[in-house]
Amino acid sequence: MNPINEVQDVWAYLRTTPLLWLMLTMTTYLVGFWCFEKVKRSPIVSPVAVAASILGLILMITDTPYNVYFEGAQFVHFLLGPATVSLAIPLVANFPRIRRAAIPMLAALIASSATAIFAAIFIAQVMGASDEAIRSLIPKSVTTPIAMGISEQIGGLPSLTAGLVVLTGILGAIIVTPLMNHLGFRDWRARGFAVGVTSHGIGTARAFQVNEVAGVFAAVAMALNGVVTAFVVALFSQLL
Amino acid sequence: MIEILKAVTFLLGFQLLGTTAVMGMGLPIPGPVAGLLFMIGWLGLNAPKPKLLKETAQALIAHLSLLFVPAAVGIVQHLDRLAYEGKILLAAVVVSTILALIVGALTFVMMVRLTGTPPEGQELRS
Repeated sequence: MNPINEVQDVWAYLRTTPLLWLMLTMTTYLVGFWCFEKVKRSPIVSPVAVAASILGLILMITDTPYNVYFEGAQFVHFLLGPATVSLAIPLVANFPRIRRAAIPMLAALIASSATAIFAAIFIAQVMGASDEAIRSLIPKSVTTPIAMGISEQIGGLPSLTAGLVVLTGILGAIIVTPLMNHLGFRDWRARGFAVGVTSHGIGTARAFQVNEVAGVFAAVAMALNGVVTAFVVALFSQLL
Repeated sequence: MIEILKAVTFLLGFQLLGTTAVMGMGLPIPGPVAGLLFMIGWLGLNAPKPKLLKETAQALIAHLSLLFVPAAVGIVQHLDRLAYEGKILLAAVVVSTILALIVGALTFVMMVRLTGTPPEGQELRS
């Protein structure tokens, strides 16, 4: 048998199996994490961004459709569910701390969430973005599964929203520490809460790396923002 | 090992409970978020829980960002769109995220002062 044909056969088989894409998802993330460690855990390198860029390139080079990739990657994606549920544990463990800061949290939630949405709509509209793109931008600060649901409800493109959500998350995780230091915010609760509202799970993961209190407040912010935004959007779309 | 399995099953159980409740009541939130709320209620009542629940949850949360990779790769479906309005989307995301971070932290700190909320004694020292 011709060895080139054999390689082609193996590849033709492998690219349709979930195993290959699952393996590549894990491997590229580990590569991303290795880069992150190499720069001494500076947020400038985002393991998600590294992994997603390498995978995107692989898909383009091999001409693999996203849904074939997702057959394998769905096992990782699925874990967002139990991971969301597991946020209950740090929340309950820090309940007294959260209760004491209830009023600042609610005020910050409303102000920050509204800023994220309206500033994005305003800029996109002024610069002449398409209607679909603007609708896809609206839920970008909410964690992926909620954001995709909202995007669909308001006439956006859920898969574009997913990309924007991750971009927002990575960006928030990169700039939160230098920005907060520069502006002189020293309260871990405020720093964590702000990054949780704007940058959901990726911001929360970053906050937990920096400080436990910041992480807990980020987790509360992310959960509250997800639930509140989902309800507000549902209410509005029923009124319209 | 069996304790980890129990913890994972426990988490999945709450996700299932949340999903069932959301479907049953037609709520606009995803099942896992409802599961999170149920879990808060359960733990708040000091009801029994698996021994390694805390450790299992920490393991999942520590690498939360891995779980976003599959969704992030989805952007490859929109390369045509990014070619003509990618810069606009990027500008909108960058500016709104910076503003939202500042507004969020500022509002929090101002409300802490206004309401006299006690500090947590863990503020960052310069």
